Amino acid sequence: MSEEKSMSEQHEIITGIEAPIYLKYNFTAGAAPTRFLAQLKKGKLTGQCRAEPGAPVYVPPRGSCPATGLPTEQEVEVSDKATVQSFTIVHIPIPGNPIEPPFVVANLVADGANISFIHLMSECDNAEVHIGQRVQAIWKPEDEWDYAMDNIKYFKPIDEPDVPVEQIGKLPVTGLEG
Amino acid sequence: MANLAAVVGIGQTSYTTKRDDVSIAGLVREAAVNALDDAGLTFKDIDAVILGKAPDMFEGVIMPEIYLTDALGCNGKPMLRVHTAGSVGGSTALVAASHVQSGTFKRVLTVAFEKQSESNAMWALSNPQPFSTHLNAGAGGYFAPIIREYIRRSGAPDEVGIKVAVKDRLHGARNPLAHLQLPDITMEEVAESFMLWDPIRYLESCPSSDGACAMVIANEELADKASKRPAWIRGVAMRSEPTMYAGREEVNPQAGRDCAADVYAQAGIKDPRQDLDVAEVYVPFSWYEPMWLENLGFAPKGEGWKLTMEGATSLIDGGDIPWNPSGGVLSSNPIGASGMIRFAEAARQVRNDAGDHQVPGAKLALGHAYGGGAQFYAMWVVGSEKS
Repeated sequence: MSEEKSMSEQHEIITGIEAPIYLKYNFTAGAAPTRFLAQLKKGKLTGQCRAEPGAPVYVPPRGSCPATGLPTEQEVEVSDKATVQSFTIVHIPIPGNPIEPPFVVANLVADGANISFIHLMSECDNAEVHIGQRVQAIWKPEDEWDYAMDNIKYFKPIDEPDVPVEQIGKLPVTGLEG
Repeated sequence: MANLAAVVGIGQTSYTTKRDDVSIAGLVREAAVNALDDAGLTFKDIDAVILGKAPDMFEGVIMPEIYLTDALGCNGKPMLRVHTAGSVGGSTALVAASHVQSGTFKRVLTVAFEKQSESNAMWALSNPQPFSTHLNAGAGGYFAPIIREYIRRSGAPDEVGIKVAVKDRLHGARNPLAHLQLPDITMEEVAESFMLWDPIRYLESCPSSDGACAMVIANEELADKASKRPAWIRGVAMRSEPTMYAGREEVNPQAGRDCAADVYAQAGIKDPRQDLDVAEVYVPFSWYEPMWLENLGFAPKGEGWKLTMEGATSLIDGGDIPWNPSGGVLSSNPIGASGMIRFAEAARQVRNDAGDHQVPGAKLALGHAYGGGAQFYAMWVVGSEKS
């Protein structure tokens, strides 16, 4: 036998390496989100509901009513004014997102909608953000509008009275004025 | 009417940040072999294997049940994969139990695992979609606003979340398998820990763990002959609800209430706090203890936090209904396995085999898991006696 050491004796045995894999994918919106995203590109926030009176309005719409499974065929324009249903102040960064912590991510219900979506709150004192607070969308410049919810940069507080908790998620498109 | 079935073997790995001495296959095999040893059996005695784990995106191994067939000794035997997000460990145990209760198999092996060190679960859950802003910051970011709403409704003081964080870590310090070993943790230390997703602090959150849990479930005839005391399955229930629907009760979800009512009815439980001796409940963020105390009927609405503050859920304080004597998810969180650990720890309690975290004389125990956006629920009640 040769006196030379084998490779495995000469080197530390490698039991694992880090090998990140990046996955790029195309998003196919489907019928209901396509209608929603097409309106967003025009600077309009829309929801959808079943075609019957009093049916809950979903923003963003995903095509069917979760309670019944029926298609949300009716399109409804909602306001870009909204109410804070709840929120968190995030103290850790989001990889690939330039936003600096701490930042406020709020569950917001747009006037005329019956379910919350999450979005960023800004131009606010984080310590003063509260449930029931009134906010409005700050949109990006029109030439930057795309098929994306990111057309809205963030929501900022507006000078309107707080919404009582039991009314959150139930305001009409006209807001507090009813 | 379902046939009787019982847990006759339990095996766990220890839980830790990084098990770099084993592959995923090695990890699940370790838990499986421990469960078989506990039951005094070998792979030959097993009719089928039921495997669970959380999303495949976590480790990036798609359909891992196929790759794990050899490691789990089930070449040529039936193998089924279960997937219900974070509740999967519980659902997997229930699916395994159903295969015995139905009479299809006499004895099955069930295993659940996660190797978080080979994955990035938080960001695997946060992929961008154009109809939403890319702001979702993992599970903590999702649950923090719901916790805030619970605090608003109940008027619970800030100390509640801190107290649970301390209590479960003190429990975990009695369990040699627990990932976090913090026998000297204090309320001050938790209060001063870094705020992650306000109101959730770092020490009010679960760790990221590697680990696996396994059980052998057998029919009545085989369980009667088992070498160790079996844990008889007295009730099983699963429920789910959509994550997003208008008017959803997110703080106290209906699926959780319905699931609890079902499992209690099967086990003849009228007052869970009084009738059960111990509960292993999925609490990944400390505030979920008072929230689930209410959801599972241990306390009236808005008053779960009072049980926590009174020490009712603390084994160390001699509470009347200890929750998570093993240290719970707050002490170990191999996500896919976490639900099964709750179910297995409930079974260990009624087998009087829980070591230093044994609740003295425990005869009836609840195992609970929830998952996704709190839309999946799995529960079982196990007892030291058949009925």
